[in-house]
Amino acid sequence: MQTISVKDSVAMIPDGATVMIGGFMAVGTPERVVDEMVAQKKGNLTLIANDTATPDKGVGKLIVAKLVKKLIASHIGLNPETQRQMHAGELEVELVPQGTLVERIRAGGFGLGGVLTQTGLGTPADAGKQRIDVNGKTYLLETALHAEFAFVHAFLADYLGNLGYALTARNFNPVMAMAADTVVACAEHIVPIGVMSPDHIVTPAPVVDYIVRN
Amino acid sequence: MGAGMTPQEIIARRIARELSNGMLVNLGIGIPTKVADYLPAGVNVFFQSENGLIGTGAPPEEGMQHPTLTDAGGRPVTALPGACTFDSAMSFGLIRGGHVDVTVLGGLQVDQFGHLANWMIPGKMVPGMGGAMDLVTGARRVIVAMQHAAKGVSKIVDKCSLPLTSLRPVDMVVTELAVIAFRDRQAKLLERGPGVSVEHVVANTQARLSVPDHVPEMTL
Repeated sequence: MQTISVKDSVAMIPDGATVMIGGFMAVGTPERVVDEMVAQKKGNLTLIANDTATPDKGVGKLIVAKLVKKLIASHIGLNPETQRQMHAGELEVELVPQGTLVERIRAGGFGLGGVLTQTGLGTPADAGKQRIDVNGKTYLLETALHAEFAFVHAFLADYLGNLGYALTARNFNPVMAMAADTVVACAEHIVPIGVMSPDHIVTPAPVVDYIVRN
Repeated sequence: MGAGMTPQEIIARRIARELSNGMLVNLGIGIPTKVADYLPAGVNVFFQSENGLIGTGAPPEEGMQHPTLTDAGGRPVTALPGACTFDSAMSFGLIRGGHVDVTVLGGLQVDQFGHLANWMIPGKMVPGMGGAMDLVTGARRVIVAMQHAAKGVSKIVDKCSLPLTSLRPVDMVVTELAVIAFRDRQAKLLERGPGVSVEHVVANTQARLSVPDHVPEMTL
């Protein structure tokens, strides 16, 4: 693990990268990274996130700044700009049921090709997907998602890069921290090794590449 | 009962009576959220917020909000004693794995077999399904809370014209006019709303209803 400035952490992202960003309605989203992405105009992104929050919060700001070419998310209902760009054909949107989205990311991080689920069968979410019968039940094959970068938000990080999360700011963060080539964590508090009890560490340090300096 | 109550209150009160001690319950946005306000005395349930919380409590008083303690709509909530938090994979494992006893969701349409459409209106409103498809597919019992009609048009229909949320039929729909259960591909009228006649329910429902000889009025 290395420490990095927020500026340098964003400078690493090439044009057109696939990026996962944690958060649920901007709760548990690394806002400093998002603001820096807007400042550096990182464009043509494929963004994987639960939702697009609101225009002024979380990854909603990336949508408003027109930095996203393709979005994979479960909910866009509270960001009118996402819907506007989608209807105007400016933004490609793949809507994925939330439980399926998190499992596809988990599969990507856990070395699995995908998962089987009944969620989405018989709905627009099953278009083009393979159906597989197991023990007399039909499932959809949902393939794994992986990204070049994951930007996650933690409550605590220690000097090694171990991460712990707070309350409902955990959401997609620990799952995304497993599913990208380069994992960058922002933490509300960076603490000495030993402050975090082993039982309270959720993301182990070896999967974290960078801690953004506070 | 029911005099002076809004349709939303009738629906929420009636659904609250479906909950019993110890259940794990997920409430959607809108009328479903109000169900928590009418839990019968002595009934304690676990409310789940799918963003990663069991033990969701009422909104905190002004000045006591915490930015990382929110419900699935992103609004500040409290956590009751014994609450626990978890990531989204665990949250949807609880939902998809059949560990949620009851989910209450809003609806745009329900067809005569109990199929629900509640997540999009093509060309008009495409908010995304969020957790709705997982909840309807995976929860042990699915209850839809919605008004009986929208702009005078029945929302309980022969066939949904809107895209479905799941192939799994819901168990029950509660409106201000009726409680309707779906079993064996049949819509059965179980109860009528306060001061509402069976004839009124049937006349205002587009789907074919199976009507028993005795249809009691809802107890609220």
